Parts: sequence; structure tokens; C-alpha cells
Amino acid sequence: MSEDVYVLGVDMIKFGRFPHRTIDGLGAEAALLALDDAGLGIKDMQALYLGNVGHVTQFVGQKILQQIGQTGIPVVNCTNACASGATAFREAYLAVKSGEYDLVLAVGAEQMGKGLLGNAGGGDDGIPREGLLGSRLMPALFAEVGMEHSRKYGTKPEHFAKVSVKNHHHSTLNPKAMYQIETPLEDVMGAEMIAYPNTKLMCSVNVDGSAAAVIASAKKARELGMGRAVRVRASALTSDRFTQRDLTLPDFNTCTRDAARIAYEKAGIGPQDINLVELHDCFATAEIVHYENLGLCGEGEAGAFIDSGATWLGGKVPVNVSGGLLSKGHPLGATGIANIYEVATHLRGEAGARQVEGARLGLTHVLGLGQACAVHVLEKV
Amino acid sequence: MSDTALANPPTIVPFLKFGADGAPYLEGQQCADCGEIYTTERMACSKCFSRKPFKAVRLPTTGELYTFSIVHRSYPGIKVPFVSATVDLDGACSLKGTLIDVEPDPEHVKTGMKVEVVFRELEHKNKEGRTYVSYFFVPKKG
Repeated sequence: MSEDVYVLGVDMIKFGRFPHRTIDGLGAEAALLALDDAGLGIKDMQALYLGNVGHVTQFVGQKILQQIGQTGIPVVNCTNACASGATAFREAYLAVKSGEYDLVLAVGAEQMGKGLLGNAGGGDDGIPREGLLGSRLMPALFAEVGMEHSRKYGTKPEHFAKVSVKNHHHSTLNPKAMYQIETPLEDVMGAEMIAYPNTKLMCSVNVDGSAAAVIASAKKARELGMGRAVRVRASALTSDRFTQRDLTLPDFNTCTRDAARIAYEKAGIGPQDINLVELHDCFATAEIVHYENLGLCGEGEAGAFIDSGATWLGGKVPVNVSGGLLSKGHPLGATGIANIYEVATHLRGEAGARQVEGARLGLTHVLGLGQACAVHVLEKV
Repeated sequence: MSDTALANPPTIVPFLKFGADGAPYLEGQQCADCGEIYTTERMACSKCFSRKPFKAVRLPTTGELYTFSIVHRSYPGIKVPFVSATVDLDGACSLKGTLIDVEPDPEHVKTGMKVEVVFRELEHKNKEGRTYVSYFFVPKKG
């Protein structure tokens, strides 16, 4: 059995809209923040793993090194839709776990622009499929997953909307979130309908952003000092195995359940041991189904679970205390590492006003449409 | 549009076919081993990995609305609202499409409702001036 792997430094920039900056500039800023957090320099890094979606053919990882120091180390540019950052983190983790390296850097960066994600699906004939063959837009796909939950368990639009109330509230405590605005239930429910039951305030915010982590072997972590180190207890990545409707309605549930099961098994823990969760609330409907997918509550209980307040800061298992993708923002390639930053910050006891008291174990979850699901379990040292 | 008088017009998906009588239908590809049905071609069965040649089968024209969303915001030029639907075809596969001939609101669209597959001409024409045909879902009558 190989040795433990640690996060020694981790940070993110405040998410926002930076149309006049470059993607490598955004990534470089987070890389330097994470290196500073670890008290290390780029010369100490033995490899770089970069997560990005929109510019992935442009050697973003190498361009980051051109901005902060060209040491000639191997660079791997990873793309896995919304799981790209988590995939880069996992590749970095695996490289250290394998014994190949002692210190590596994982960076996620994205420059998004505004508007709906997806495409109208016009073929050679120039006829858009959107509207003709249903919708392939993200708000509708995740709305259909929510309506599937409604069908099975009677979940109501109010249940989904409460997720947005909670996450927007949480973001008022996070200075690095895109927005810090309270959104009462009537505001969420009354906002412009995008794809029923998801209103505009139940859709994640398209922002630009970056985050980075320095990952170390146990040997190196001991050598450098474990004071603020966070242990990576488990890393799991899945794709979509065959399920009945996956090819028609992307099955976001099964790949999440698979990843969660693998991660809990690897960590030797269960969902009841987790103190906080950053999960993929790309839409309010998604957070509800992931409560059950991650085992935070029983089957069909997600509506009652949000009603109970269990996932609010101060509740049984706070979820998305960062504000989540709904309010912190969702720069695709950066999201997975920003989640690691959030959980690590709580485990370090450095989360300030939104600190989850006594946090010892935290879980991160991202889901890339296609599908790629990554779950990581982090532990206070 | 009569279901019988089509001289094989252009279609919006490759699995929309026309019978010898000119009537449109949807064609699935059925795994020779496990029986799973797909609407797109593949090298082997996604479910059981069988590489036996797939068998072309006519998809049923009735089914049940498994889940849906009512889309109010889409790309410029796309008419909204519309109902994005995932339908389980009776005894076959599930199929994505647009549910029409119903008020696009949650009072009228319900999961579990019975639907039928219909074929309609679109406003789009190809270079030869021929009108495209696509499939839609409508609430089942009766």
C-alpha cells in the first residue's frame, strides 16, 4: 500500500468576469497563490496538471509556466467538462500516489463569458435541433433530472428553490464568491423561468475563475511540515456505465453513486462521517438529487432533508457553504479545485464567518456532462 | 400531411425512415443478444458488449412521458416556451423529443402521461426546395 498524499497549499482567485485577461494569466495567478500558500516556488514542482474546457487545445498549462517560470516539467492538460479541474487534481494525486513525484501542482482555470451553455445542434442542413428534438441546454437537462425526482417522490419546486436560498445565503459569508446577495424564497421562485422548474436564480453563474493546489507525498509533507496539510483520503472518478435512459437523458445519478461508493470504500468511511460537502449544484435541481446520490440522506428523502435545514451552515451536514456554483460561480475547469480549496479551508479552520465548526472530513463532488464524475474525500491532519 | 403520400422527404434524424407505402416511422437498432434498442449506430452493444450485427426494428408509436422540462429561455431564434420531453416508448427504448399540441405549463404536462409519436413537416426546406420532416410527441387521445 502506497503512502498518503497531502494538499500542502491551495487557493483560488475571487470569481468574477475578466474578459480582458488571458486564460493563462488567470491560471498563473491561482498557481502563485497556491505556491505561496504552501511556502514553495515553481522550481519545487515536478509536474503540472491543468484543468480547462474552453481553451483546452491551447496548451494552457504550458502558457501558465511561461508566465510564472519555465522549468521544463511535464505538463498534462486535462478536459472532462465540468469535472476538468477535479480530473487534473486527481491526475496530480495519482502521480504522487504512484511514487513518481513528491511535489506537483494542479491548476484549474476557465474564461466563460455569459449565456447559456450547450449548443443549438444545427447539422449540415443548418436546422437547429434545439426546440425540435427537445432541449440539450443544461438548464433543461438538469430540470428533467429534477422532474424525475418529483415523479418518484413528489418533490416540489419549493424544495428545489430552497437550495438556491441556502447557497445564496452561504455566499454572503464568502468574499471569494461572485455574488454576496440574499435571495429569499419568493425571489427565487419569482425569478425569470429558464427551464421549469429552474428559474434564473436556480441556475449556476457563468464566471471566470481559477484555483490551484500543491500536492505532496507523505515524505515531502513531513519534511516541509504538516502544520496546515490536508490529507487526501480518497479520489474517485467514474464515467457513465450503461443504464436504461442514459443515452436519452444523461444519467447524472448513477455515475455519482458509483463515485461516492468508491470514495467511501477507499476512505473506509460512510456518508455519516462527513462534516461538510461541496457538491455540484450547477442547478438547484441537481443539489437535491445529489443529497441521495452521495448518501447524505435516504432514498426519496431529499425534499424533507432540505426542509429540515440539515444542509445549511450549522446543520447536520452543511452543503455548499462556499455559496456553491449557484452563487460562488461555476468557471468549469476551475470548479473542481475551488471545491478542494473550500473543503481544505474548513479542515484547516481558516474559513472565517462560514467555518464549519469541528470539521474533520469533507467531500467534494463534481459532474461533467458526458459523463465524468469525481469525488474526493479530504481529512484534517 | 398525409402519412401515406410522402415521397421520402429529407428528415431531421437519420433514424426517421419511410416504408414502401411512403409512411414515416422511426427505426431502432436492436442488439441480437440482449435485445436492447438504440436509435444510433454503434460498433457493439453498450449494455452487453455483443458485436453481433444489430437488427433494424420499427419503434412503437406509443409511450409514456418519463420526465420533462418546459423551456422558457433558449437560443435566439428558437421559439419558446416548448416542452422538452423524455419518453419511454412502449416495450422499446426511451426517446428525446418535443411534446406539442399541449399547453406548455405544469398543469397540462404531467410525468406518466401517455403520448404518441407523430410526424410533421417543418418550415425548413432543403436546397431542392423539399420540406423537412421530423417526429414529435403529442398527448395520446382517448
